[in-house]
Amino acid sequence: MKSALDNNRPIYLQIKESIEEDILNGLLKPEDQIPSNSQLVKHFNINPVTVLKGINLLVDEEIIYKKRGVGMFVSPDAPEKLKKRFSKTFLKEQIEPLIAIAKPLGLSQQEVQEMIDRAWKGEEND
Amino acid sequence: MINFENVSLQYGKNAALSNVSVQLPEEGICGVLGRNGAGKTSFLSLLCAYRRPTSGTVTISGEDPYENANIMPKISFVHDSKSEVENEIKVKDKIKIAAALRPNWDAAYAEKLIKLFDIPVKKKVGALSHGMRSAVNVMIGLASQAPITVYDEAYLGMDAAMRKLFINELLEDYMERPKLILFSTHFVNEMEGLFSEAIIINKGQVLVHDESDALRQRGTTVIGFIEDVDHFIDNREVLSERTLGRQKEAVLFGELSEKERQAAKENGLELSQPSLQDLFIYMTEEGGRDS
Repeated sequence: MKSALDNNRPIYLQIKESIEEDILNGLLKPEDQIPSNSQLVKHFNINPVTVLKGINLLVDEEIIYKKRGVGMFVSPDAPEKLKKRFSKTFLKEQIEPLIAIAKPLGLSQQEVQEMIDRAWKGEEND
Repeated sequence: MINFENVSLQYGKNAALSNVSVQLPEEGICGVLGRNGAGKTSFLSLLCAYRRPTSGTVTISGEDPYENANIMPKISFVHDSKSEVENEIKVKDKIKIAAALRPNWDAAYAEKLIKLFDIPVKKKVGALSHGMRSAVNVMIGLASQAPITVYDEAYLGMDAAMRKLFINELLEDYMERPKLILFSTHFVNEMEGLFSEAIIINKGQVLVHDESDALRQRGTTVIGFIEDVDHFIDNREVLSERTLGRQKEAVLFGELSEKERQAAKENGLELSQPSLQDLFIYMTEEGGRDS
């Protein structure tokens, strides 16, 4: 769970995204219980209504589900769903901004490609 | 429920509040934001029946709270007070007096808070640091368990760690025993996530009152080349503008449609959401929205 929020984006969305990130990273696995609303309130020091709003979005999208009287749990297919969604936006939100920075720096397509190759291998070796 | 209807408050010839109409729910944490002298304390003292409006009506659960024995015990007003009389009494006696006046006083919770805030109960109130005096005040506010608890710049002098402790405690207690909490501050940044709704007061008037998420969503920061930004903000309500070289940043008030957002992005404009702090500053600065 990240530790702080950014004041320039809707706080309930940030709550939602921080849980999604934890699911994608494997910090939360299918059928894991997610932190309770009151833990999230204390962790981020924010209003319970805001937490609830973020959590409800995750329930609506069936990323998490509720076991009555117990708490909220990660849906079995949540990682797959999130991977699909994030892959769709990957080009627009990650690749295009990268190119937008690379161009003014005068980096060629091939140079960027090589950098990606090196970084990719570095990760594989970890 | 609290209802202000066309409420004005005059001190002699000076209008502290003019024509304020506001409704507040029974549960929630409401930020009351305004600069010094904007009318925050006047607003809160009317609500707590410390004063009576010059005109208009204030009702709490349908009744006039002023000198009303049904309503007064339901309200706890925590503010930064400095009274000569109080300076001479011991902290534990100040707490005892507060306990006697509050029908919902939770003695066990009070003990817990005294330990948590490390309050020196044997010292005289006058011997406390500013931060510790504030800690005593908020501790009384929390232990009072009043259905309406008002903190008027209550954490002044507290250091960052103590403020965090207080906010944590406030939230934890709120989750267990929901109530209406009003919280006036100009430390907006730090408290931003705390509020379920916010009221912005300037020059004795309520500029806006909305759920804090909704309020933030009504603001948009637009950044791009000067001509593009100018073209986009034409005919819209602009809270602030500043240029930096060939770029310009403008803060708009009023929600944008998805279509408008798309059009902005296609024109190379960058959109983001201002913080509550930013909205507050832009709306209340000189040359701001209402002047």
